[in-house]
Amino acid sequence: MTWNSTADFFAMGGYALYVWGSFGIAAILITAELLIVRARRVAALLELRREIVARRGENR
Amino acid sequence: MRFINWFRFSSPQSFYPLAAKMIPLFAGLAVIFGAAGLYISFFVAPTDAQQGEAYRIIFVHVPASWLSMFLYVIMAFWAGVGVSLNTRLAGMVASAIAPTGAMFAFLSLWTGSLWGKPMWGTWWVWDARLTSELILFFLYLGFIALQSAIDDARRADRAGAILALVGVINIPIIYFSVKWWNTLHQGASVSLTRAPSMAKTMLVGMLLMALAFWMYSIAVSLARARAIILERERHAVWVEELPELKR
Repeated sequence: MTWNSTADFFAMGGYALYVWGSFGIAAILITAELLIVRARRVAALLELRREIVARRGENR
Repeated sequence: MRFINWFRFSSPQSFYPLAAKMIPLFAGLAVIFGAAGLYISFFVAPTDAQQGEAYRIIFVHVPASWLSMFLYVIMAFWAGVGVSLNTRLAGMVASAIAPTGAMFAFLSLWTGSLWGKPMWGTWWVWDARLTSELILFFLYLGFIALQSAIDDARRADRAGAILALVGVINIPIIYFSVKWWNTLHQGASVSLTRAPSMAKTMLVGMLLMALAFWMYSIAVSLARARAIILERERHAVWVEELPELKR
């Protein structure tokens, strides 16, 4: 094991900003992308429901 | 041997439910590889003698860079298939891959910068490797912008495909840049022709993270492709009859 304590782990031998800046942005980007894809699907389904309702109205 | 009609899956109608089944599989693999990769990155791989703990950035940087190049080739391949065989789904898959590729290209540049500051003393240099990776990021952005600027989906696919295929020339340039030019960026860490120039645990950590990113890319691209199908095929009868639209 490389680390003596939790503080030691988070300090990353003085490179905390650089190491956590790298892993942190990766986590943020992946989370953001998942949320964006989710939102895109929800929006597409909403639009479809709207169109289906509109089409039914025309046929009546 | 049973005959499988692969062309059956080239229609959006059969791809849509197939993708739904594949997403949990690849997402699960991404989580497993990611957990193992992070564990090795932080708790197994030793401190580097020269770079201290800062070298741990490579566990994100190298896999992100690999994926940014790999995804570009896959995107250009499907864009090319879409144009040459005139299949709608291939173009949709290409569009589904682009944002993920752009994300990894950005991640590669960002993490490279964070590594460069403490190690080289600068956030950025106009070195051949860095510059060609930046061009890759712009190619992704150009592909996305070009497609969204054209209303007709089929025409957007064709225009995007031309851009993507021309841009493929940049991939070998990125890959060989460290050999062709005298770059500040170091040479390849992993090569097929010689023994890797790093500790075995570091290599394993990097490969696991690369696998995690790869599986993640497949899962998220499939999910995005499904959304694109809903957007583009909204006048199809099968879309209207989807269970998720019944309430």
